[in-house]
Amino acid sequence: MADKVVVKNLFKIFGPGPSRAFDLMDQGMGKEEIFEKTGLTVGVREADFTVKSGEIFVVMGLSGSGKSTLVRMLNRLIEPSRGEVWVNDENVTKMNAKELNEMRRHTMSMVFQSFALMPHMTVLDNACFGLDVAGMSKPQRHERAMSALEQVGLKTYAESYPQELSGGMQQRVGLARALAQDPDILLMDEAFSALDPLIRSEMQDELINLQEESDRTVIFISHDLHEAMRIGDRIAMMEGGRIVQIGTPDEILKNPADKYVQSFFRGVDPTTVFAAKDVARKSQLTLRWHKGEGYPVAALEQMRQEDRSWAYVLDRHQKFMGVVSEASLEQASERGDQNLSQALLPDVNPVPFDTPLQEILTIVRKYDFPVPVVDENNVYLGVVSKNRFLRTLEHGIDKPQTEATA
Amino acid sequence: MLDIFNFKEHIIPMEKWVAGAVDWLVGNYRPQFQAVKWPVEQTLNGINWVLQIVPPIIFLIILFAIAWRLSSWKVGIFGVITFLLAGYLGMWEETMTTLAMVISAVVFCVIVGIPMGIIAARSDRFVAFIRPILDAMQTTPAFVYLVPVVMLFSIGTVAGVIATIIFAMPPIIRLTNLGIRQVQSDVVEAAKSFGATPNQILWKVQFPLALPTIMAGLNQTIMMSLSMVVIAALIGAGGLGVPVFEGLNSLRVGLAFIGGLSIVLLAMVLDRITQSLGESKRIQQRDES
Repeated sequence: MADKVVVKNLFKIFGPGPSRAFDLMDQGMGKEEIFEKTGLTVGVREADFTVKSGEIFVVMGLSGSGKSTLVRMLNRLIEPSRGEVWVNDENVTKMNAKELNEMRRHTMSMVFQSFALMPHMTVLDNACFGLDVAGMSKPQRHERAMSALEQVGLKTYAESYPQELSGGMQQRVGLARALAQDPDILLMDEAFSALDPLIRSEMQDELINLQEESDRTVIFISHDLHEAMRIGDRIAMMEGGRIVQIGTPDEILKNPADKYVQSFFRGVDPTTVFAAKDVARKSQLTLRWHKGEGYPVAALEQMRQEDRSWAYVLDRHQKFMGVVSEASLEQASERGDQNLSQALLPDVNPVPFDTPLQEILTIVRKYDFPVPVVDENNVYLGVVSKNRFLRTLEHGIDKPQTEATA
Repeated sequence: MLDIFNFKEHIIPMEKWVAGAVDWLVGNYRPQFQAVKWPVEQTLNGINWVLQIVPPIIFLIILFAIAWRLSSWKVGIFGVITFLLAGYLGMWEETMTTLAMVISAVVFCVIVGIPMGIIAARSDRFVAFIRPILDAMQTTPAFVYLVPVVMLFSIGTVAGVIATIIFAMPPIIRLTNLGIRQVQSDVVEAAKSFGATPNQILWKVQFPLALPTIMAGLNQTIMMSLSMVVIAALIGAGGLGVPVFEGLNSLRVGLAFIGGLSIVLLAMVLDRITQSLGESKRIQQRDES
């Protein structure tokens, strides 16, 4: 995939005389310290990233983390203090007013959190706005705007005024206004944050659908992890004006760069975000499937030494074979069985790795022992215990190194 | 030492300076002042001529139509009754003259004031520059205006209208500025993000959204010009101010009362008609939501 947007070493300092802040930043001072010393606010600090063509790139962070500032520097609604923005191999930061307007008219359009529709214009005229300022003739722009309104399902409301529509519908108009431009890049500034949850996820689906029909590049700002996970191909996490981590949702979820990133997982319903593989831990005793004699006895001995009630039986390719308990092994050794297969507990089905936590709940409840998780080749990935499940609900995923490697 | 507090001995020769300055202005810039006077005079005479020549019945029909279109049929009927009353009080001609003066003053206030307001909305420096001037224009007592106006433009109805223009201009400048600055910044930002130039933002977004506020300014300008137009009778302007001053001078209380009543009635009609201009339903809805 080609690079669509390249951001190089981008800074924004708010306030007069920003060079003072640069000196302090070179000394390694943080946002708070610089504000105390100079009264200058560091909006964005040293942003470096690349957005690929056709990607949904989510910029995530709390309010005040600089994400809105960052995205506004891409179309220069806010002038960068230092650094460069390249769009389609053109240096946006070097453009004059005319070139900049051309880019805003044809390459990059924006959807706003507050909708920002023109209250004195009909839905159709709102959808036409960008085409109108670009000088397109009336019949032509009406046609384009109508097809954009059709895409968002608002064709019949063309003659209404924005304030006659619900919030969700207003944001569809905002989306249609941006789509009518047929832009390469869509900037969405917390576009769905003002909508209620049901409408929000509906709009997210719609965005994903639209994205499947075209290979537009979307840069999406959000403070909602759930939303970011749902729609983002990659996520950039921002804190205090700095990008602290960039990666796929999976990468960020599993290896949060710091406490700040981790803290995002609090307050998120983990059962919808996480799948079995995310919570599975190899915390249990595993036994090698072996055809040799006397194995149940050896296994029993091993379990007693480790003080375990259950053990998970794997073959030599780490494939999951079954679960044995202390009791089942005792019975097998009393019977004089020669290998483990007779000691396996009946009706134990491992959970596929991609099962959402929501669905694991019933399975975890069903068994006394932690539920085994396997990948697509039936390879053992670990177990989900009741305890672990509950802790995930409470804290999200934390990764104590000891448990992960046990 | 206390001699410096002898106010009889030490007097700033302000009177001489001002007189000298005005003389100098009149002596050297008479053509310029006449050039300012000319369009005002033409406009005033044109409007006055039309209003005087139109038969009252036609005037009343047009008045009703305007009031009905801009406001409601009730205001239309109110206007017709009011003007009829002024007519039966014997003040038709004076009312028409006053109306002509108000209309011409307001035309110039709009032509000059709205562009000034737009410039003010775009430049903080310009605001800093004109604010003291506007304050002075509004706070200077009406009578004090008349002095320089008489010096520069002599006396008469046209001079009265010029004094009125100066006196009534500030509200429309202020409220045009305010209206444009009050347009939601997110809407302006959105317009910018779609590649609108500053001029496109002004005419497609800011001005239409500021219109209700600008109209409120227009209403105030009309009300202020009406009050000044009456005072302008002092410097020989015609209209409804004349019976008031005549009545006061010769102690004909009845005449002064009739003149005063007609002014009040005219003010009420103009106020009712123009007030509704500021109330655009669509934009109110947005504010409420």
